[in-house]
Amino acid sequence: MTMPFYVSPEQLMKDRADFARKGIGRGRGVVAVQYGDGIVLVSENPRSLHKISEIYDRVAFAAVGRYNEFENLRIAGVRLADMRGYAYDRRDVTGRGLANAYAQTLGTIFSSGGEKPYEVEIFVAEVGDVAGADELYRITYDGQMVDEHGFAAMGGDAESVSTYLREHWTEAGSLTDALRLAVAALGHGPDGDRHIPAHDLEVAALDRTRTQPRKFRRLTARTLRDVLGPDAESPSDAVPDDDSSAAGGGEASHQPQVPDDPADPTDTASSVPPLEDPVTGEPPERREPTRPDDSPDDSPVAPPLDRGDPTS
Amino acid sequence: MTLPDDARLSASYLAPGSSSFADFLAAEAPDLLPARRGLPPGSAADLAPHGTTIVAATFGQPGSGGVVMAGDRRATMGNVIAQRDIQKVFPADEYSCVGIAGTAGLAVEMVRLFQTELEHYEKIEGTTLSIDGKANRLSALIRANLGMAMQGLAVVPLFAGYDHDADQGRIFSYDVTGGRYEETAFHSVGSGSMFARGSLKKLYRDNLSADECVTAVIQALYDAADDDSATGGPDLARRIFPVVHVISDDGQRRMPDTDVAAIADRVVAGRMQHPDGPTASLEG
Repeated sequence: MTMPFYVSPEQLMKDRADFARKGIGRGRGVVAVQYGDGIVLVSENPRSLHKISEIYDRVAFAAVGRYNEFENLRIAGVRLADMRGYAYDRRDVTGRGLANAYAQTLGTIFSSGGEKPYEVEIFVAEVGDVAGADELYRITYDGQMVDEHGFAAMGGDAESVSTYLREHWTEAGSLTDALRLAVAALGHGPDGDRHIPAHDLEVAALDRTRTQPRKFRRLTARTLRDVLGPDAESPSDAVPDDDSSAAGGGEASHQPQVPDDPADPTDTASSVPPLEDPVTGEPPERREPTRPDDSPDDSPVAPPLDRGDPTS
Repeated sequence: MTLPDDARLSASYLAPGSSSFADFLAAEAPDLLPARRGLPPGSAADLAPHGTTIVAATFGQPGSGGVVMAGDRRATMGNVIAQRDIQKVFPADEYSCVGIAGTAGLAVEMVRLFQTELEHYEKIEGTTLSIDGKANRLSALIRANLGMAMQGLAVVPLFAGYDHDADQGRIFSYDVTGGRYEETAFHSVGSGSMFARGSLKKLYRDNLSADECVTAVIQALYDAADDDSATGGPDLARRIFPVVHVISDDGQRRMPDTDVAAIADRVVAGRMQHPDGPTASLEG
């Protein structure tokens, strides 16, 4: 016979928060950086399932965590914005209203006992007519709404990325500077810096200089290569070589000189979390070495991530 | 109206559904749909201003061409000119525009719904609709308005856009039942449309440049205003000129008023010499 037992509210909330935090921290992060002409959102996301999207003329959305959950919130946001813009006027759609709706929704779900808390964290960015009117909100899984200034990071190793941003961010920089800073920050971890190639990035900007009413634009891989420089494409093995010679042996020489494989959660090249499965939010399974007679049926839909392979 | 008064997103916003904003609106706030209003029996045709003539024509060779759409600026209510500077050509999205003839109030609302519909789809799906898809969505919106059309509040749009698959501009016309017809080269709708179409028939060539095409549609609008009392010609005293949108591979833009004014001034100057406009050759 089982006995009902008492769980204190503190413990209940802590368990729920731990659960949500674990889900969010499993994937890779998103960074938002304000620059002179707007706000740029950068994520390490080589997949076609977007983490960064347009909500309305001046409002953008970015999220980390479980894809199906934040996609649901994104669509709700698009519906809310379009409904408001249609019923009133385009100017009446604000980032703050949307952020507030997200915060209330997530807060209710978090504190209601029945539902599992959403494992998501969200940015709502709005670009104003001048830099001072830009707004950037971070909404956490429990419905907290944080008004960020200048820059923000969430997901992955948000702590060290935020620290890096805090040390290097300057006000009213150019898009190029902001982008370089964001990419460097995303690659920054407790055990050194990674180089993220341009084709692994998902980047979009809210650009107030855009003449169209819709200020959101995605930056293509080609644009990114122009901005970040051709070295973004060079094989990443050059960097560890330099590191090991500079460190003069020691522990670094014991590290295998293999590039970080984002698909491999067990690799020891870095402590960077693996790229999560976009739908389940889970890290990918370690794939068994394929036997020649293996039928392709049991392989995941997406081809294995071999971008880091210097020979490719 | 059922906008959520609670700051929370209501369940219907979070529910799975289609990518169509019109469908969402029909479920969430049907009173906001332009076509969902019951009218008392009888004709309502004389109650509201009517928009008049819209002209569209394609230009250039596939790959380097596009399409031009222009509308005069007059709205009429019976024998009264209700407005002299109404805008009747609107951008639908980055690569298409829509011109409206018929009941102005309903038409403008329908255009707003159509714009939101295209943008909504684009944001939800992360890709734009094909031009045929856009034309079909407009068709559905007009069909929903059939009841009001039968009471005299018809809306008849003209839709034009750049087709990236075919690398050329395309034009679609509609009837009040939502019937959708693709037009080649040029087309016109509204009260002055037969005069404008007759004019374009003589002026149109396959290899027009964008500027020549704009001149041709302004000539056509002049001819329509010449013979149709509900169509407004270039208003030289008030400097009110047609609204012209040019759509090409680079997207659609409204031609600046100063550029339209320059072309319209040349057209009017020509008419001072030849009131019936340019003459076409009799042979070939």
